[in-house]
Amino acid sequence: MWDTRWAPYLYISPFFIVFAIVGLFPLAYTAYVSLHEWSLLGGKGEFIGLQNYRDVWDNPYFTKQVVNTVSIFVLSSGPQIVISVVLAALLDNQLRGRTFWRMSILLPFVVSPVAVAIIFGSVFGDRYGLLNELLGTVGIGPIAWHTDRFASHVAIATMVNWRWTGFNALIFLAAMQAVPRDLYESAELDGAGRIRQFLSITLPMIRPTMIFVIITSTIGGLQIFAEPRLFDETTTRNGGSDRQFGTITMLIYNFGWQLRDLGRASATAWMLFLLILVMALVNLILMRRIGSLGGDR
Amino acid sequence: MQTFRTRRARLVTSTILTLTLASTVAACGGDADGETSDGKTTITVATFNEFGYEDLIEEYNAMQDEVVLEQVKVGTWDDAKANLYTKLAAGSGLSDIEAIEGDAIAAVLAESDAFADLTDPELEGRWLDFVAEKGTNSEGQMIGYGTDVGPQGVCYRADLFEKAGLPTERDEVAAMMGTWEDYFATGEKLTEALPDTAWYDSSGALAQAMLNQVENPFEADDDTIQTDNPELQAVWEAVTGNSDTLSSQLAQWGDDWTASFQNDGFATTFCPGWMLGIIEGNAEGVEGWDIADVFPGGGGNWGGSYLTVPSQGDNIEKAQEIAAWLSAPEQQAKAFAAKGPFPSQVEALAAPEIVDAVNPYFNDAEIGQIYANRAAAITMQPYKGPKYSDILTAFMDAVLRVDEGSQQPDESWEQFQSDVDALG
Repeated sequence: MWDTRWAPYLYISPFFIVFAIVGLFPLAYTAYVSLHEWSLLGGKGEFIGLQNYRDVWDNPYFTKQVVNTVSIFVLSSGPQIVISVVLAALLDNQLRGRTFWRMSILLPFVVSPVAVAIIFGSVFGDRYGLLNELLGTVGIGPIAWHTDRFASHVAIATMVNWRWTGFNALIFLAAMQAVPRDLYESAELDGAGRIRQFLSITLPMIRPTMIFVIITSTIGGLQIFAEPRLFDETTTRNGGSDRQFGTITMLIYNFGWQLRDLGRASATAWMLFLLILVMALVNLILMRRIGSLGGDR
Repeated sequence: MQTFRTRRARLVTSTILTLTLASTVAACGGDADGETSDGKTTITVATFNEFGYEDLIEEYNAMQDEVVLEQVKVGTWDDAKANLYTKLAAGSGLSDIEAIEGDAIAAVLAESDAFADLTDPELEGRWLDFVAEKGTNSEGQMIGYGTDVGPQGVCYRADLFEKAGLPTERDEVAAMMGTWEDYFATGEKLTEALPDTAWYDSSGALAQAMLNQVENPFEADDDTIQTDNPELQAVWEAVTGNSDTLSSQLAQWGDDWTASFQNDGFATTFCPGWMLGIIEGNAEGVEGWDIADVFPGGGGNWGGSYLTVPSQGDNIEKAQEIAAWLSAPEQQAKAFAAKGPFPSQVEALAAPEIVDAVNPYFNDAEIGQIYANRAAAITMQPYKGPKYSDILTAFMDAVLRVDEGSQQPDESWEQFQSDVDALG
């Protein structure tokens, strides 16, 4: 019957229709814009091929902001995944008031990033910040959170981690709960301790979830915008006076809305897209590698 | 078991679902034209910093019941500017009346099509000549109604002056700051006595003050960019040369800058009228602020804004009427009394609210008299072309790089030049 043949496609079509409108079309249109001279207010100009891409590539801020983005990404995603796996493992025990603990780690996630940035902005103030005052009492000199390149990345990564660690921990927890309990029982009979059980059973069993979390945090991390922009004290908000913590998305904003050149902004957006693809692929391959080293699937 | 009917029903359901979703997405584009539930039209006016319009808006809403006037406030002009360009490009979303900072009005004039022509013969002669001129485009259309000007005095902390053994009376203080050399020399005395306090609030403020005394800071009269001129270089050297010794080295408008008002972070700041409300807000509870009737190197104008009506709005006529009302001498005189922006209307300058104005927070200073004198001391207006605002932000970043110590002045100057080149 015709509807058994076509109904399934119709069921899944809403996603694809919406995706075509809000995903595929902008993607293609951005590519089209990136090949033209295109001013924010003046609109379309001449077709100039790959000139925008060349301009962006030669711009000294581009390399700097790519490095910043990757650095902030590594500083945030790395610790975040380790901590959230450990947190999840702890929450996977028989605790008193389990639901309370599990829900409370999600609390930071429901706070808007803007509010987070304002709070952390006063914590990480260079001169009158809370953290520097605390560090001062134990004799560590004030850290220039907004000026020093590495320090600013740490500050921003802290903001991101604070927000996302609990969320990822809950996803890992869900995966851990799906691990068959008899595996642990047999491991215990074989004399494996808790740590050995974690390394040899839990970690391999949650690998698909791990890949999912790593891919999503790669995509999110490389697109970071709100945190560094709101962390910025300069009036231009390009990521510090010398772009110490400017990211690629901030460069897109800079090109598009401050220099009012949508052509270069679109070219940068496409370069970011390609970078994310490459990073996601690298992650995937690495995870496959790590998985196959264990041998037993 | 599945029957034909249930499968059919599912097919229908999924079709409906698809259509609903698609139409929801489509609906996101639309927008109500700003009518309240009781049928009144809502007119919005977007401002930044402190315009002093709160009471005026209430007054306007009380005296008629045709429209509801609402204010949309953002923190600084740079945030307002980002919003302005984004929504100009989108072709919708701007407020009915948009306030534009004086440094950027030339850039707005270049986009004349996007803003309504507000020319009105009845309003001729309302503003100081240079204010009206700046708000008028090359075709003679008035695009912006001037709200205020920014003649600057020097605001100072009398309590800190006393601690440092400096005179504290307004006239005595004024006598120590007639020229930039005197101003810097006095600063050295204060910072020597009070090593934890800077002389001025930020290098950015000093840069603004000095740039506004240069005839062609960034652009020649024909709008060509020339950021390597000797006058600009002199400003650069004064600003960066005193960074280590006299400046707070903080980014103006940043969190640390705001906090420094409460921490005796600095002893003086350059204050146009509109700055008074900001100082009073940031330094809440701090006693000792006063204002001297002086400005180093003569007079100086910093800022001063315009009200414009974007042509994308639905209620252009009404918006123009309200903009004219808000920028009328009577209203701007009240705004001055509320928050301090000094009116740019000829008649307002003689209004009793101005002439007799006293500000209790600034040690009962006769601000009306002081600002009238400061306005009279302004002998020239710097030329600010369409790129002024963009170049200025790049200049401020360059100053900040030196303040923070992330770059030597020479290196930062080079980077400023290449940032300007990128503006195209």
